Amino acid sequence: MNFEYAPAPESRAIVDIKPSYGLFIDGEFVDGHGHSFKTVNPATEETLAEIAEADDADVDRAVKAARKAFRGWSRMPGKERAKYLFRIARIIQERSRELAVLESIDNGKPIKESRDVDVPIVAAHFFYHAGWADKLEHAGLGANPQPHGVAGQVIPWNFPLLMLAWKIAPALACGNTVVLKPAETTPLTALLFAEICQQADLPPGVVNIVTGAGGTGQALVSHPDVDKVAFTGSTDVGKAIARAIAGTDKKATLELGGKAANILFDDAPIDQAVEGIVSGIFFNQGHVCCAGSRLLLQESVADEVMAKLKRRMGTLRIGDPLDKNTDIGAINSAEQLARIRALAEIGEDEGAERWSPPCELPSSGFWFPPTVFTGVSQAHRIAREEIFGPVLSVLTFRTPAEAVEKANNTPYGLSAGVWTEKGSRILFMADRLKAGVVWANTFNKFDPASPFGGYKESGYGREGGRQGLASYLKAGA
Amino acid sequence: MPATASTAQGSASSPGIGAYADVTASEASLRRFLHGLPGVDQVGAEARAASLGTRSIKTTAKAHALELAITMVDLTTLEGQDTPGKVRALANKALRPDPADPTCPSVAAVCVYGDLVGSVKEVVGHQVNVAAVATAFPSGRASMEIKLADTRDAVAAGADEIDMVIDRGAFLAGHYLQVYDEIVAVKEACQRADGSHAHLKVIFETGELQTYDNVRRASWLAMLAGTDFIKTSTGKVQPAATLPVTLVMLEAVRDFREATGVQIGVKPAGGIRTAKDAIKYLVMVNEVAGPDWLTPDWFRFGASTLLNDLLMQRTKIATGRYSGPDYFTLD
Amino acid sequence: MAASRVDVRKTYKLYIGGAFPRSESGRSFVVNDAKGKFLANASLASRKDARDAVVAARKAVPGWAGRTPYNRGQILYRIAEVLDSRGDQFVAELVRTEGVTAAKARTYVEAAVDRLVWYAGWADKIGQVVGNANPVSGPFFNLSSPEPTGVVAVVAPRGPLLGLVSVLAPVIVTGNTAVVLASEAHPLTAITLAEVLDASDVPGGVVNILTGTVSEVAPWLASHMDVNAIDLTGVTDPELATDLERAAADNLKRVRRAPATEPDWLATPGIDRLTDFLEIKTVWHPIGV
Repeated sequence: MNFEYAPAPESRAIVDIKPSYGLFIDGEFVDGHGHSFKTVNPATEETLAEIAEADDADVDRAVKAARKAFRGWSRMPGKERAKYLFRIARIIQERSRELAVLESIDNGKPIKESRDVDVPIVAAHFFYHAGWADKLEHAGLGANPQPHGVAGQVIPWNFPLLMLAWKIAPALACGNTVVLKPAETTPLTALLFAEICQQADLPPGVVNIVTGAGGTGQALVSHPDVDKVAFTGSTDVGKAIARAIAGTDKKATLELGGKAANILFDDAPIDQAVEGIVSGIFFNQGHVCCAGSRLLLQESVADEVMAKLKRRMGTLRIGDPLDKNTDIGAINSAEQLARIRALAEIGEDEGAERWSPPCELPSSGFWFPPTVFTGVSQAHRIAREEIFGPVLSVLTFRTPAEAVEKANNTPYGLSAGVWTEKGSRILFMADRLKAGVVWANTFNKFDPASPFGGYKESGYGREGGRQGLASYLKAGA
Repeated sequence: MPATASTAQGSASSPGIGAYADVTASEASLRRFLHGLPGVDQVGAEARAASLGTRSIKTTAKAHALELAITMVDLTTLEGQDTPGKVRALANKALRPDPADPTCPSVAAVCVYGDLVGSVKEVVGHQVNVAAVATAFPSGRASMEIKLADTRDAVAAGADEIDMVIDRGAFLAGHYLQVYDEIVAVKEACQRADGSHAHLKVIFETGELQTYDNVRRASWLAMLAGTDFIKTSTGKVQPAATLPVTLVMLEAVRDFREATGVQIGVKPAGGIRTAKDAIKYLVMVNEVAGPDWLTPDWFRFGASTLLNDLLMQRTKIATGRYSGPDYFTLD
Repeated sequence: MAASRVDVRKTYKLYIGGAFPRSESGRSFVVNDAKGKFLANASLASRKDARDAVVAARKAVPGWAGRTPYNRGQILYRIAEVLDSRGDQFVAELVRTEGVTAAKARTYVEAAVDRLVWYAGWADKIGQVVGNANPVSGPFFNLSSPEPTGVVAVVAPRGPLLGLVSVLAPVIVTGNTAVVLASEAHPLTAITLAEVLDASDVPGGVVNILTGTVSEVAPWLASHMDVNAIDLTGVTDPELATDLERAAADNLKRVRRAPATEPDWLATPGIDRLTDFLEIKTVWHPIGV
């Protein structure tokens, strides 16, 4: 008997998108002086708003505002700073539906993720770090740790509001002030966050939001009066930033790409492992730096797992991001869609076998079906390059040592997954995997108390937890 | 007429249960097999169940689901104070859950203690099935002879379905073959003179088995022993049916059909009280086992108060306003 | 008149993979003492020596990082013991190369021994101090622990023994392996220290020491794609330091920048030289039955 789910769209009436947005500098929205650009709904290609572009002078103004605010903010007693962060956390909770809907409209991610994952963790990040603001002397950096000063932060489009929270919450808790540049294709929730700062009566200049593309980000991280750079995005841009700040006193946290191995042993809890594989690569359309994009299956269970995985993929619902039953939403941009398509074609050309469940894609907007490649070897480009889309490459292994070797055979080192019911094997694998986060019998879990960040070319520094906090502090005199 | 027969032989292309004959040949081989099943990670299973619970079933889908859920109810009373009068009233409700609305479907079955089967049968005839709990329900603590006599009595009284309990003590002590043999014997006791048999449901009392690994093992054990349905609970032990327990059982019947071609039904029982909950179960059936299980032949709710909530929600959809308990019969 | 005995002059070689090879280039350079008089010949390392040293260091990583922290602590303590027992040799060498008084030289040697002892004790404590369990909001066990980053290139500071020990010990005690480019001004002490390391149960390849020209060799280490981190403490030319940091970005090496001035090596260190070359790994696991 067929059980069709009727459309269950979340109302978008709750959000009020303005025709155009300026920059948020020194507590006010102001005009930008670059070439303004449009942000579109990737599910429909409808233009949502005209966004100001910050040019070098605008960035300079924002950094000056942050510098001016730094004095008061860093000297404010921690318990008072904390109260601003608590206020922000509360407002985020109160406006959570609005934020979730806006995020899904601007980004294309399914509402069930923006509602149940992104926004709740955003609020949790502010709560967690609010509590640190008056306890910094216990953070492990001595009795009198000090903020760096002005933090220049550049975030990606995959988790727009969540990455903002990862950047802004610890920076502010430690007494830094920030200039943040959201991604060009997803500026709207950052601009709504600016309104939330106003609503919280946050002192002007403590948070400044400058919108724009790569040029704006470059101006920000290279600005001589920025003391701390925090970037989440591609490894190429991360390297460019590392070069740009060479020879300066700027501190940097770089959270970059990944090509995580999700390793499944024959004694794994298979049904949960299949869920972990699915959430590992199809969560957020695979636009996740720590996505489990390389599935390593022990040969003895490879066929069984593939059969279960394919059946499970057949139940994924792709479509309108605002439908509460949508599992996979829209690809964030035409550009990203083109990249995913190109790499998938390369996968086929290189001889891997491509499979997607039958699914109907909407006629407008940017869409890519959940896709799995089998018969992939380490030499294939789809096993080495970050696709950043809903595309899984499946490889096999025979022994734990081979699994470790294959998992680590990448310049990246952000995350890894291990599935086995044998406790000692989990610890053996966790010990040998060169990755900043190892999920054992789970995947893609995030928490403000848990440090996140990579080895090797996945970047350096951690975000979240005590270690992440330390990135925004220096030992005091 | 629901719940007639399962395809006990499997399809031509599948190996059938016979392929597992060596598994049940000895205590040791059965234990090896059950312990060789993939483990269930509690956190992962519960997260999956919770995630399915967030599906939003609205409008036409909701109307369809409510209607379907009503037809899947095993309307149940299992109290020491049950009387022929009480169960007859319940039987009437089973036939016509909403007397004000003749389009409202009947439920799947009425579920009572064995001695009351006749009273129910008088009312429902063959329009609704009669299920009887048996084998020293709910504890299962009696000799084999008593359990079999209990079963034969109920079948002789006209029970269409037998809901037996397993010996949880034996299961937890690792005497899997004993549990297996009991199910096989009870299944035999379900035979009628004409060669047909009462439909057998095996109750695990998952609240006593406690771990999902045990639920998975019990599911495979019962399916190998030839049960027609696997059922979560008696309703006498907390927790009774839960979404994750049912998830694990749905995975088991799905995998069992894949392996043998034989389809087995699933019945969560106890603790399902609201239409909202029932719809979550249907979503889970749909997405885990698949649409083939979305009929009363293959999925049931063991419940009592659930029915009225289903009826209230059904009326809300029909009338556009919220209803109240005074507009529905108590039994 | 009795014939005076002719000195046995020592040629100082490189220390790579537990062996003391000459530079593959065959080059050497003259090292004079503080008064400008000939002291010895030292090997002039080439880019290929740097390459070989990185290969040796990489090969040594799994074994060294895989030792128990207790064992690494024991080995560092052993280095301290051997260094202490050869204290007179180092005092004499410092007097000759640095032109300092014997008393001052002894202060430095003793401080170097003490520094090794101090870092030896960190081997099995740093994980407790910078790692922790994280109270996440869900049924998960979540633990963050430090791990060595891998192969660390170290441009050693001028301070001939104490400075060298102060930058080397924190790198290796946590399980990293090191390729050290000795101070251009004081290559000999570095090689004498290598002899101490060689006698102290330090596995071959854990420490590799090159002598030569910083501006020639350091860029090859900074750009090497199989080096995980670089310590620029000994780089005194700001332009070179910037170039090296830029080159290090090619594979996102962890970089410890050069200080504005040579640190006071006698001061008690913090733990930043340990943490700069550690990665935090966070492991999640569900809690269930």
